Amino acid sequence: MSRRRHSDDSDAGQPHKRRRTSEPSEIEERLESLICRVGEKSNSSLESNLEGLAGVLEADLPNYKSKILRILCTVARLLPEKLTVYTTLVGLLNARNYNFGGEFVEAMIRQLKECLKVNMYNEAVHLVRFLSDLVNCHVIAAPSMVAMFENFVSVTQEEDVPQVRCDWYMFAFLSSLPWVGKELYEKKDAEMDRLLSQTESYLKRRQKIHVPMLQVWTADKPHPQEEYLDCLWSQIQKLKKDRWQERHILRPYLAFDSVLCEALQHNLPPFTPPPHTEDSVYPMPRVIFRMFDYTDDPEGPVMPGSHSVERFVIEENLHCIIKSHWKERKTCAAQLLSYPGNNKIPLNYHIVEVIFAELFQLPSPPHIEVMYTTLLIELCKLQPGSLPQVLAQATEMLYMRLDTMNTTCVDRFINWFSHHLSNFQFRWSWEDWSDCLTQDLEKPKPKFVREVLEKCMRLSYHQRIIDIVPASFSVLSPANPVCIYKYGDESNRSLPGYTVALCLTIAIKNKASNDEIFSILKDVPNPNQDDDDGEGFTFNPLKIEVFVQTLLHLAAKSFSHSFSALAKFHEVFKTLAESDEGKLHVLRVVYDVWKNHPQMIAVLVDKMIRTQIVDCAAVANWIFSSELAHDFTRFYIWEILHSTIRKMNKHVLKIHKELEETKARLARQHKRRDSDDDDDDDDRSTDREDGPLEEQIERLQEKVESAQSEQKNLFLVIFQRFIMLLTEHLVRCETGGIDVFTPWYKSCIERLQQIFLQHHQIIQQYMVTLENLLFTAELDHHILAVFQQFCALQA
Amino acid sequence: RGRAGPGSAAMSAGGTLSILRSDSYAELSQYRDQHFRGTRYDQERLLRKSCTLYVGNLSFYTTEEQIHELFGKSGDIKKVIMGLDKVKKTACGFCFVEYYARGDAENAMRYINGTRLDDRIIRTDWDAGFKEGRQYGRGRSGGQVRDEYRQDYDAGRGGYGKNVQCQ
Repeated sequence: MSRRRHSDDSDAGQPHKRRRTSEPSEIEERLESLICRVGEKSNSSLESNLEGLAGVLEADLPNYKSKILRILCTVARLLPEKLTVYTTLVGLLNARNYNFGGEFVEAMIRQLKECLKVNMYNEAVHLVRFLSDLVNCHVIAAPSMVAMFENFVSVTQEEDVPQVRCDWYMFAFLSSLPWVGKELYEKKDAEMDRLLSQTESYLKRRQKIHVPMLQVWTADKPHPQEEYLDCLWSQIQKLKKDRWQERHILRPYLAFDSVLCEALQHNLPPFTPPPHTEDSVYPMPRVIFRMFDYTDDPEGPVMPGSHSVERFVIEENLHCIIKSHWKERKTCAAQLLSYPGNNKIPLNYHIVEVIFAELFQLPSPPHIEVMYTTLLIELCKLQPGSLPQVLAQATEMLYMRLDTMNTTCVDRFINWFSHHLSNFQFRWSWEDWSDCLTQDLEKPKPKFVREVLEKCMRLSYHQRIIDIVPASFSVLSPANPVCIYKYGDESNRSLPGYTVALCLTIAIKNKASNDEIFSILKDVPNPNQDDDDGEGFTFNPLKIEVFVQTLLHLAAKSFSHSFSALAKFHEVFKTLAESDEGKLHVLRVVYDVWKNHPQMIAVLVDKMIRTQIVDCAAVANWIFSSELAHDFTRFYIWEILHSTIRKMNKHVLKIHKELEETKARLARQHKRRDSDDDDDDDDRSTDREDGPLEEQIERLQEKVESAQSEQKNLFLVIFQRFIMLLTEHLVRCETGGIDVFTPWYKSCIERLQQIFLQHHQIIQQYMVTLENLLFTAELDHHILAVFQQFCALQA
Repeated sequence: RGRAGPGSAAMSAGGTLSILRSDSYAELSQYRDQHFRGTRYDQERLLRKSCTLYVGNLSFYTTEEQIHELFGKSGDIKKVIMGLDKVKKTACGFCFVEYYARGDAENAMRYINGTRLDDRIIRTDWDAGFKEGRQYGRGRSGGQVRDEYRQDYDAGRGGYGKNVQCQ
């Protein structure tokens, strides 16, 4: 219960700027609000709201023209889901004020160039689309738009440029056609035909090696996972065949035709696409995700076909709505559900499909995964009579197609479904999935159910899961997450180290210090003693075993207890795990103790990396070790590996940032000195001043290089181990004459793909090393194909 | 957990819109800790850069592991501190979750706040930072204040409120 005080207390002691009645910013806010919210919550029609707003803005032009220009440009760039509303508004303004129309077009072109310069390609597409719809509003002359598109398409003739560059210009052209195709074709059919034929030949010759890596399912049935440009091209071809008739897009400007066609049009200035530079980073190719068609909702309105332009427009707009409102889940859900289309489209199906499209997108979803879970819950709240059923239907369909679903996407499905269930008392018709009980446990369906139940348990507790599934599912239920202490039973007293374990237990319970622990451990014999060549070899697996088993057992009660234990005996850990073998053995023992509780293993590994008891490479080697082979395909293993890689990446970024900040401090110091212009300064005093900072920079530089080297090494270790493992399997299959494509193999090769995809920006730095050292031509083509697909992503 | 889009570049290519800046879930609530040592202004300054969340309406039986699993969905957790009954030293239905990065805490406010854990709608709020002693309930009986006065029966929070129990 919060005890509230009067809100004026919050001003007490605050060095607040007193809020000036600064009119300019208030007016700007008012203008922005008027423009952004046009048509919302109004009893009048959108058209009359637009007319009213046009009048208000026209009156404000003499004083606030630049603000209005800026707001309209921003709205064009950031609210693409309301594209036609704002092109209509600009059309009305242009009709009333020709010069303003011209200045707006110029401002848009400037903004487009700026976006392209800073690699904001997704927003640039919205600008291009906006410009093209301005043709429909008689603001821009159709021939000049066609000329711009001619320049776009001619990018495909450029030599020695990445395919993704040509792809973007092609996409910008094609994706504008649903809005403006009709008008452009009516005015310039010969030119358009030429452009379309150039498009066709480009699409035929472009390479699509990258596509398998981005597909959610490897099978083409029931819905092929098409490459995004191929799909769009099919849609445009169909649109052309339909004589460019497009009926889905809301076009408020149609109501103003008589006004707008009186307006004078502007010509777009000739637009030369900025050249490709080393810093250009183009959007990654995509695969269009489809899971529904009109047969899935037989009673509702017909879902537009996969190659209809309506489907494209609906999906684009729904994605844009999510992009605009991802931070505000209730607003996002409400905006999605109020997408215009009324009863003409099965909106719930489109929404669910678009959300899963984002959730399963490869390499990564556009937003954090948990957002989608919560968004779906909000949607269920707003449409309790219909959306849950669509979601259940979707879940069932995803389950049915697990056999060909990409492993990374299965991970996300597991996370989503278990988290979703935990919000609905884990209610699910598990019996419907009894077919998986008769399958081999490594097959995708039973594996999925096992992983889901394990995640459900993590969000609740073991007995709960036993209670919610039918008895027949017990074979898939997770293990009770208890610790396994090898020295626990009297019957184990013959084990080497048993007595020391007892000693340790008593000592630790009596709050022994690190030194006391060391002295107890001194007496533990080293089973490797015979191999010791007298170099003071410190690795003693038995010491590690006894200490780690005992400590973890004593601290088993909770994560906090275990973390305290790691912290308290950090010194002992560091000493025992000093060598690489030591680190590996610590990890092995942690696994032995906690193999029933994967979540505990994950948090312990995380803590040990952060406190530098083990390093990232040790974790990678441990994951690929033979001891972990039978857990190799379990989800938790990959969560640990990717979490490890992320920690490494963040570490490098952090030190790099420190280095940049220190360099900036030195630069500021120089600047201050230069501006002081004191004649008494001599070289010695400047050196004295710069000394400490320069030393720091040198140290940080070394740290950065060492961290980057460690990072590269981590990836090389991981790739190397993958190659070894996969090669072994391939050779074994070939000599034995068995099919390569086992569930294990599919999982493993997709895990390798996942490494590339999830960390692609960092791995791009290592391309030369990877090509020359690891992914050479001698490699089995199955493995090499993964590398080639990866190279093709930004080629 | 990547998200596309350069931040500062957005400014040079035109800025953003206030309706798109709306982030109501991540804002400060009205609650201010009455036991906080410092001014209201100090507290708010800390709240605005905090990586720590207070989590309320937990069941007494909800474990650190469950909290870790749920809140781990918005980012790497630095620490979970369970709220304890001052007398019994058992869980009394709240906790603190500290992240390494503020952005991860913000995502928890946006997507975990108001959803369920152990079938209960949990509530998260910004916290100025854990200090020793703050893990204890401040109700007269040792638990949270809200459990002193509530009239309903809540099986996950010791049944009836304390003053109802004492009747």
